[in-house]
Amino acid sequence: MPSSTPASASPEAKAPLLEVRDLRVSFRTERGLLQAVGGISFRVDTHEIVGVVGESGSGKTVSQMSVMGLINDPNAVIEGSILYKGRELVGLSQRQLRSVRGNEIAMIFQDPMTALTPVYTIGWQIAEQLRAHNRLSSGAARKRGIELLAEVGIPNPSVTFDRYPHQLSGGMRQRAFIAMALSCNPSLLIADEPTTALDVTVQAQILELIKRLRRDFGSSIVLITHDLGVVAEVADRVMVMYAGRIVERGTTREIFADPWHPYSWGLHDSIPPMVGARPRRLPSILGSPPSLLDLPPGCAFSPRCPHRFSRCTERPALAGAGDHEAACFLSPEQRGQALAARRRPLKEAS
Amino acid sequence: MNQATGAPLIEAVDVKKHFTVGNSLLAGQRRTVYAVDGVSFKVYPGETLGLVGESGCGKSTLGRCLVRLYDLTSGSILLKGREIGAMSQRELRPIRREMQMVFQDPYASLNPRRRVGDLIAEPLRVHGTASRDEIERRLKELMALVGLEAEHLNRFPHEFSGGQRQRIGIARALALHPGLLVADEPVSALDVSIQAQIVNLLADLQERLGLTYVFIAHDLSVVRQVSSRIAVMYLGAIVEMGPTEALFQAPAHPYTEALISAVPIPEVDRDDRRKRIVLTGDVPSPMNPPAGCRFNPRCRFATELCRKERPVLREVADGRTVACHYPLVQAASAA
Amino acid sequence: MVSLLIRRFAQMIFVMLGISILVFLIFFATPGADPASRIAGRNASPEVLAAVRASFGLDRPLPIQYAVMMRRLFIDQDLTSFVNRGEVVVPEVMGAAPVTLSLVMGAAVFWIFGSIAIGLVAAATKGSFLDRLLMVLGLIGISMPVYWLGEIVNLITQKELHDTWLFSWVPQLGYTALTEDPWLWFKSLLLPWITLAILYIGLYGRVLRASLVEAGQEDYIRTARSKGLSESRILIRHALRTSLIAFVTLFGLDFGALVGGSALLTEVVFALHGVGRLTYQALLDLDLPVIMATVMYASFFVVFANALVDILYAILDPRVRLA
Repeated sequence: MPSSTPASASPEAKAPLLEVRDLRVSFRTERGLLQAVGGISFRVDTHEIVGVVGESGSGKTVSQMSVMGLINDPNAVIEGSILYKGRELVGLSQRQLRSVRGNEIAMIFQDPMTALTPVYTIGWQIAEQLRAHNRLSSGAARKRGIELLAEVGIPNPSVTFDRYPHQLSGGMRQRAFIAMALSCNPSLLIADEPTTALDVTVQAQILELIKRLRRDFGSSIVLITHDLGVVAEVADRVMVMYAGRIVERGTTREIFADPWHPYSWGLHDSIPPMVGARPRRLPSILGSPPSLLDLPPGCAFSPRCPHRFSRCTERPALAGAGDHEAACFLSPEQRGQALAARRRPLKEAS
Repeated sequence: MNQATGAPLIEAVDVKKHFTVGNSLLAGQRRTVYAVDGVSFKVYPGETLGLVGESGCGKSTLGRCLVRLYDLTSGSILLKGREIGAMSQRELRPIRREMQMVFQDPYASLNPRRRVGDLIAEPLRVHGTASRDEIERRLKELMALVGLEAEHLNRFPHEFSGGQRQRIGIARALALHPGLLVADEPVSALDVSIQAQIVNLLADLQERLGLTYVFIAHDLSVVRQVSSRIAVMYLGAIVEMGPTEALFQAPAHPYTEALISAVPIPEVDRDDRRKRIVLTGDVPSPMNPPAGCRFNPRCRFATELCRKERPVLREVADGRTVACHYPLVQAASAA
Repeated sequence: MVSLLIRRFAQMIFVMLGISILVFLIFFATPGADPASRIAGRNASPEVLAAVRASFGLDRPLPIQYAVMMRRLFIDQDLTSFVNRGEVVVPEVMGAAPVTLSLVMGAAVFWIFGSIAIGLVAAATKGSFLDRLLMVLGLIGISMPVYWLGEIVNLITQKELHDTWLFSWVPQLGYTALTEDPWLWFKSLLLPWITLAILYIGLYGRVLRASLVEAGQEDYIRTARSKGLSESRILIRHALRTSLIAFVTLFGLDFGALVGGSALLTEVVFALHGVGRLTYQALLDLDLPVIMATVMYASFFVVFANALVDILYAILDPRVRLA
């Protein structure tokens, strides 16, 4: 059972590892300004796993890529504040950012086949990262690389060190990638859909590994995914994103046992159950996500929300109790009624 | 989700599909991929057979063999009792009206240079003697059937979202009134909320048009939702087959058990938190299947018998078959 | 890897055999003209014709003729030209080969370094004025016909500005062997090298830039950046290394063709007696034995270059190696 972090009520509580305030990322396009991330604030503490959940266009990837300044588009406009260990990352020069990348903060990507350079061996690429941030001889780098491969559970690490990416299976590749990301002992790991491209039995292995990373390496992990099951397995806290905004966040227990936002309800309901009665038709969210060029004023989800009312023409701020917050104007009573209304047709069908 | 009764709509009998890779001129360089290696099953009218498995299990290849997009290496396929496995392309042409395929990638399976109307009308024009008016009418009918507007017919694929493109693909597949639809990962490339819409659409269409589905997917929760019966594939063979509920509640094959337990559940505080069975190692390559039972290197119950002898599909309970020497569900007659 | 090498070379021999048969058939078996009169040249006397028929076995069946031809070409090497009386063909071709090789190899050095430099700079400064300027210059380089450029170069360096300090070092048109006088060899080849290279620098520079920009979109470049590597390291070690695969393949093919004689325009303009110029001359004179020899020589180099490129590809791209 993932542990829940105590709500940091007092300002003297341990400073967060990563603190993002009002991050906004837009892209200038021919058709206007595309608002990929519309002002989000969140924090990641030490030793925790935070899940970022959303569908395509939610801004989950763009927001995390901008932490390390990996948005390489000259048409990107990044505003707001990103504090890592108290240091402001927005506005840093490329050279300054390079000392952070791979060293303090590392990233794991979705498809390890395309994310590794095909013409160099795994070991070469791991050694490259080690030597970019540390003064190491090639022999020492090799030794450390093999150690890392063993730590992530690769059998025959010294043989695998000299293999090319295409010679490994998907699971092994992702493990090797994780080894590479961990090589400089980063305090923060950002994993962008690390298991989506893998088979489900291999995904189970990688998720076990990710849980172990927090324990054995002491890293905090931001896990970006669209899979609610993965988040429930692994994350301590969750934030749900929609159309570039955070619509709900809280501990994993809060988000799953007692979700507050209609979008969260819709997401949960859309997932076919693995046990229990099968609904005749899956409850689905009508319509499709809005165009980021042309967001509706007020709540971005309101056009698709079956519970919208007059207040929803204003943009709701995140509000709630302690760690659990939702960007929705529904009061707790209205919420209870809405939920009851949703459950009724399901009961009738099964 | 109807009962399996009567004569099957489509039947596969010991279907094998092998691919040769490497330099085919020199014998030493030739290697065989045993993509599908002896698969037999029946699909009854009105039901949905789910084909589930991980990469390399052969489910997509099997799907394509069923609709004869591939030639079979050996074995036969019977559509309404007629052997179509060995038919030539020309003989198959009229048969193709009766079975169609819906593909996985809504971005790649639609020709970006053709308008949607042309894409859907093409099967009608190629096969039919339908007049221009009849085609127009059918197109409008199909668009309404899949939940799109008639005006969308004039647009190009790139103007649509993933979910809409998948609807277009389904409309195209339905153009000739097929009885059988083979859907190869039709929702895997879509967002979760759109997946639900398409799954619902497929269910609606099945009821309205009396379609039969073979639903290929790797996502177990989706397969559980849509299928009346499920076949689990591993390394080119079916290891277990049976009604959905029974299979999920009490899997008979160790692989099925591991597969189901590996799926992360989007819930917290589950009292009956099933123990996660983490399989060691990766799926072996279909070029080098292990001797004996294909699953034996990763099976925690494997014995000498498993390493030597390949098990065949045997019935263990009502309508349930397993290919295992020590199935987890015993036959009623056994002690 | 070894089996790949063996396989490739076996294929090469096979193809060479096929080409030799094809060339032979073209010259000896096309209906309408008498091979003997083709070989003997335009104004051959009947005795010469008879002698030709005898020495080439033209009254024997075709396969024998082929065997005779191949033997004379490769083993005896006593094929003589009838147009340039008594000129032994094979040594003539072999004598012209070093000239072509010197020209093409030197040009290749210029064009490799030039195009990589241009490609890298243009890709690194993508979208800037410099990038656009380089691409336009490249386009100009491609568009200038090499013979025109060569003549202009000659006009300036040999005639108009020859007496100025800038070009007074330029020697007379012609070739001096490396072994005879290295400095003169270098001086007489410098301008031909640059002239020949300009076309290829333009072409390869543009191709490399496009290839690098495309590689820049790849996931592994994003990974490299996330590792904290410098942009130049990413460009050279990751983007260039992967783009080089296509670059090298193209280079091999062009190089092979050039050595085989495609540099003939440059050779003619700069009065370098290489194989290209030899072929050109023989075509003008309809000197069949010489043409046969140069065609065989040229095709050998193209086939050889192809085989070499395939092997190089396997060395550069590990994914191909173990397929």
